[in-house]
Amino acid sequence: MKKMSKWLILALVLVSALVFSGCNQPAPAPAPGSDPETEGFQPVAKEDLKVGIIYIGSATDKGWTYSHDQGMLAMQESLGLEENQVIKKEFIDEDSSCETALRELVEAGCQVIFGNSWGYMDYMEEMAEEYPEIIFSHCSGYKNNGINFNNYFGAINDARYLSGIAAGLKTETNKIGYVGAYKNPEVISGANAFALGVASVNPDAEILFTETQTWFDPDLEKSAAISLLDKGCDIIAQHQDTTMPQIAAQERGVFSVGYHVDMAEDAPQAHLTAPVWDWTGYYTDTVEKVIEGTWEPINYFGDMADGLVDLSPLTENVAEGTEEAVKAAKDQMVAGELKVFAGPILDNEGNVAVEEGLVLDREDVDSMMWFAFNILVQ
Amino acid sequence: MLKSRRIKGEPLFKIQRIEEESPTKSFIVRVLAVLAALTAGGFFLSLLGHNPLVIYQAMFKGSFGSVMSTQGTVKIVVPLVINALAVSLAFKMRFWNIGTEGQMIVGAIAASYFALFKGNWPHFLLISTMALVSIIAGGLYGLIPAYFKARFSTNETLLTLMANYIALYAVQYLKEGPWKDPGAKGFPQIARFAQNARLSMPLGVHFGWIIALLAVPLVYIYLRYSKQGYEIAVVGESEKTATYAGMSVPKVIMRTMFLSGGLAGLAGMLQASGADRTLTDTVAGGVGFTAIIVAWLANLNPAAVLLVSFLFALLEKGGGYIQSMFKISASAADVLQGIILFFVLAFEFFLRYRIIINKKGD
Repeated sequence: MKKMSKWLILALVLVSALVFSGCNQPAPAPAPGSDPETEGFQPVAKEDLKVGIIYIGSATDKGWTYSHDQGMLAMQESLGLEENQVIKKEFIDEDSSCETALRELVEAGCQVIFGNSWGYMDYMEEMAEEYPEIIFSHCSGYKNNGINFNNYFGAINDARYLSGIAAGLKTETNKIGYVGAYKNPEVISGANAFALGVASVNPDAEILFTETQTWFDPDLEKSAAISLLDKGCDIIAQHQDTTMPQIAAQERGVFSVGYHVDMAEDAPQAHLTAPVWDWTGYYTDTVEKVIEGTWEPINYFGDMADGLVDLSPLTENVAEGTEEAVKAAKDQMVAGELKVFAGPILDNEGNVAVEEGLVLDREDVDSMMWFAFNILVQ
Repeated sequence: MLKSRRIKGEPLFKIQRIEEESPTKSFIVRVLAVLAALTAGGFFLSLLGHNPLVIYQAMFKGSFGSVMSTQGTVKIVVPLVINALAVSLAFKMRFWNIGTEGQMIVGAIAASYFALFKGNWPHFLLISTMALVSIIAGGLYGLIPAYFKARFSTNETLLTLMANYIALYAVQYLKEGPWKDPGAKGFPQIARFAQNARLSMPLGVHFGWIIALLAVPLVYIYLRYSKQGYEIAVVGESEKTATYAGMSVPKVIMRTMFLSGGLAGLAGMLQASGADRTLTDTVAGGVGFTAIIVAWLANLNPAAVLLVSFLFALLEKGGGYIQSMFKISASAADVLQGIILFFVLAFEFFLRYRIIINKKGD
C-alpha cells in the first residue's frame, strides 16, 4: 500500500507539473506585420529557413516516398540548404499522429511544411488555420484555403498511357496484370490511362486488375502480382509503393511496368519502363518562393511539359518499335493533340463512359469510378 | 565426466515465480535495468555515429521539452493508460484479454455513429451519448469471449485476438462503404467530425486526459477495496476457491470483461472524438497491444500504469523527434525502442521469476 501511494504521488506530481507548465507559458505570438491574409508572406533569410515534410512511407522505399525524397534532396542541393534545414518525418499515419508530426515541424521552426499523402489533407487544413504564418503544401488532394494551404499533384496518367503502349506491344498472352492499391479515382483513372495506352496499340489485350487495399505492404503486393501471373499475365503493371510486383514478374521470367521511379535496377530482366515523378522542380520552386516571400496559395498540377511526370528510359526488354510508338504519342501529348481521356470511351460494362468529342477535365478524372472496356476486375 | 547430470525425462530447467521480492532489491534491479537498457541503446546509437547522451537528451526534450511537445506526449498517454487499466482488470482475473485493441475500435465505431449522424444534438448530450455507447459497445464486445469462456471454457486468448481483426475490418468496410466521406472524391475515408462532436481541449489536449486521470484512482479503488475487486482477485487465484466461497465464477468473469471492454471502448471514443476527430482504421493502432506490456510492467497496479504509460509515450514521442532532428531513420528509432524495452522486460522477468537448473540428485 505504501509503495502504491508513492507511485500515485509521483504520477500526480508529474501530471500537475504538466498542468502548471501549460499555464505558465504563453503561446508564441505571431511576428508583428506578418499577417498573411492581408500582406502575403515575408521573405525568409535563407539561413533561417526550415523546410518540413511528412512522409507516408520510408524515404528508401524505392517508390512514392522515395520519389519525393529525391526531389527534396535535389531541392536542398540546388538551393544550398544545410542538412538540418530540411526536416523529414517518415511513416506518418493518416490519423492524429499526422497532427503530432505537423506540430513537431511547427515547433522546429519550419516556415513551409509539405505532406505526401492524401489522408493528411484535412489535418493540414486544420493546422493551416491554426498557424496562418506557416505555409502548408499538400500533395495529391484538392483543397486550398486561399491563404497558406495549397495542393500539388501531376498528370501522371499521361505517363501511364505511354507505359501502356510499351506493355501493349510487348505482351504475347494478351493478358496484362495491374496491381492497384484501392479502387479509388486515383488508382482507377491510372489503370484506365494505362489500359487506353495498351488499347491504342493492341486492341486484343486485356488488363486484369486486382486491388490490395493498401499502399504499402511488400508481401501483399508481391502475392497479388503472383495471383495475376498465375492467371496467365506476362506483364505486371502497378500502382503501389514498392518494387515487389516487379520482382514477382522477374522471378517468373516475364515483364513489368514500374511506377514512381525507374525500377530498372530492381528487376533488370523484367523492367520495360515506368511512369515516374520528378518533384525537384516543384520543391525547388516553392521553397525559393518562400525565401523570396512571393509564395501564393495556388494549386499546382504539373505535366510532362513541366517535367513533373515522365516515362523512365525504355530498357532493352521492350518490343521492337516501342521507342517510335512512345515517342510519337509523347510528342502529340506535349503538343496538346493527344488527350488520354478523349471520347469515345466505353466502360467495362458496355456503357459509354465518355461521349465522342468530349475530353474529361481534371474534376471528372478525380472522381472516376468506372473501369475502361478492356479491364477485367479480379 | 560431468559433475551433474539431469535426471532422464526432466527438463533442463524450470521457471519459478518469486512471490515477494524485497523493495530495495526491486528498486536496485529496476534502476540497473534502465541503465543497462540505455547503455545497450547507446551502443547502438554510437554504431550509427551519434552521441548517445545527446540523443537521449533530445528524446526527453522532444517529449517533455515544451508545452507543445508535452501536449503531444499526453495525447499518446491517454489511450495507453485507459487500455492498460482495461487489461489490468482482466489480467488480475487471469483472463488474458488481448482484445482491447478490438474493443477500443468497436467503442470508437459506436461513438462515431452519433458523431456522424446525430451531430446536431446539443454538445453535452452528444458527447455523453458517444461516451456511453462506446462503453456499452466495447463492453458487449468484451462480453462475447467472456461468455464463451464461462459457458464452454474456450480459450479467451485466441478469441479476443481474433475479435480484434473483425473490428478492424469492420472499420475498413465502413470507410469504403456506407460511411465513406462523400466530400473526399472517392478516396476511402470517413468524414471529419463536426466541431460539435469533438471533445473540448482543456490545456491544449483533448478532454480524455482528465478521464484517464480519473480512471486511474477509480480502477485502483475498485480492485483494492470493493467486493467485486476482491472477487476478481479470488477468481484469478483459483476458480475452485471462488466457487467454494460461493462466488459465481461465470458472473465475475462476464462482469469484469464488460468493464474491461467498456474502458477500452471509451478509450476508442476519446481517440476518435478527441485526437483523430474522425474514425480511421488506425484508431487503435496497436495501443491495445502496447497496453499489455504497460500493464505487465506495472504489475497490474493502476498507479504504476500511469507512470509506465508516460515512459512509453516518452519513447514513442522522443523516438519520433530524434528521427527527424538527427536523421535517424524511422526503423532505427524503432530498433532503439526495441532494445530499451528488451532490457527492461528482461530484468523485470528475472525480478519476478527464478530459473532453476535441474541437477542430478537434487
